[in-house]
Amino acid sequence: MDLDELVKRFQRKDVMAFEQLYGMYWENICGAIHVVVRDKYMAEEICQDVFTKVWHNAETYNPSKGRFFTWVLNIARNAAIDKVRSKSYKNQKKNLSADYFVGILNRADDIEEKDENPIDISALKAMVLDLKQKCLEIIEMLYFKGYTQKETSKQLDIPLGTVKTRNRSCISKLRENITVGWK
Amino acid sequence: MEVEKYIESGILELYVAGVLSEEENFEVYQNAQKYPEIKKEILAIEDAILKLTKSVSPQLMLPKGFEDIRVRIGERKATKVVQMPKEEKTNWAAYTGWAAAILLGLGLFWLYTQNNELKSDVKVVEEQNQVLEQQIFEARGSLANTEELLNDLRDKDVAVISLGGQEVSPESYAKAYWNKRENKVFIDAQGLPEPPDGMVYQVWSLKLDPLTPTSMGLLEEFETDDNKIFILNNPNESEAFGITLEPAGGSETPNLEQLYTLGAVSSS
Repeated sequence: MDLDELVKRFQRKDVMAFEQLYGMYWENICGAIHVVVRDKYMAEEICQDVFTKVWHNAETYNPSKGRFFTWVLNIARNAAIDKVRSKSYKNQKKNLSADYFVGILNRADDIEEKDENPIDISALKAMVLDLKQKCLEIIEMLYFKGYTQKETSKQLDIPLGTVKTRNRSCISKLRENITVGWK
Repeated sequence: MEVEKYIESGILELYVAGVLSEEENFEVYQNAQKYPEIKKEILAIEDAILKLTKSVSPQLMLPKGFEDIRVRIGERKATKVVQMPKEEKTNWAAYTGWAAAILLGLGLFWLYTQNNELKSDVKVVEEQNQVLEQQIFEARGSLANTEELLNDLRDKDVAVISLGGQEVSPESYAKAYWNKRENKVFIDAQGLPEPPDGMVYQVWSLKLDPLTPTSMGLLEEFETDDNKIFILNNPNESEAFGITLEPAGGSETPNLEQLYTLGAVSSS
């Protein structure tokens, strides 16, 4: 079935349509949250919360404002960042630094040793290993942290327009790697 | 509109990231509807982001999945979830409760039997008390009798007559206490042997000149009488008392061959 049609049915509170959408996106949404909170059980819990919220706020989605996945991703980012900023999270994970996605590769070995989040990052490595640090940073900010263009430009100390073009080239590189890897 | 240039600007990547303004979003949306290349490019970018995010998904052995979502959105009650982990846990509260109940039951049963034992003990003691009371009552009665008897014998009007043993039984003796005023004779037969089966002692009042015996009565139940003192009526002007052994029921006239004791009333 066509995604647009599925989303319309979901917005009319069709549970079966919602189940299909969940099946399509739950791993991605949980992954995005996981990068931020760095605890797979915590990530799953927030992820389920996010989909519950998505169901209850179905009518607020409007296709003219963006992609359905983007809408869900935005809700997930907010939930994950809220969690990370919470007192309970800070008490629990105070030794972790503020970098999320960028650090995941650097920390990979460390993480596996601690057996805290033993995930298979081979796919991730294949996708991003030859990406430059500045690419990893900009992808993290825009897709995982939900920074605006302005915030990103300020954070990376680059002109506003450069955010757009640099991100474009970084994503292109990512797509290239994926195409190679998946073929 | 130069579609290629639009795509190269990088706005579509930001559109997928969801960081554009509302106006920009609407613009991209409209262009995507208009230009299939733009739509295709958006899908390609989204696909890359989907693969990237999927690669960092928490790899769980048993993801909660959509069943959990159904429960959360109220489409299904959490029946499955409740059942599983319960059985393995030892329900100490329940066990403790049962143990306490059993102990209480045993305790109550023990108390019940104890109480019954006490009750039967009390009953036994009560019975023993009754026996003792009876004995005391009897003893008191016996004492009263004895005192009464003693008073009777000490009466100043009582004449004491010793009855000595005769040929049949020289060791035998008896005493007669005669209250002339009340016409009563107390025979103390302590010194007589037990009569043989089918025989009974008979007491006689005697007039000596001529010898005239008058029966005063039998010493009935001689063996079982404790103090061997028998009270008989004697309205006669007796000069002597004699005791003979007679067949059960007594005789009209005394068998003098079986005269055990005899004593004369002193004239004074």
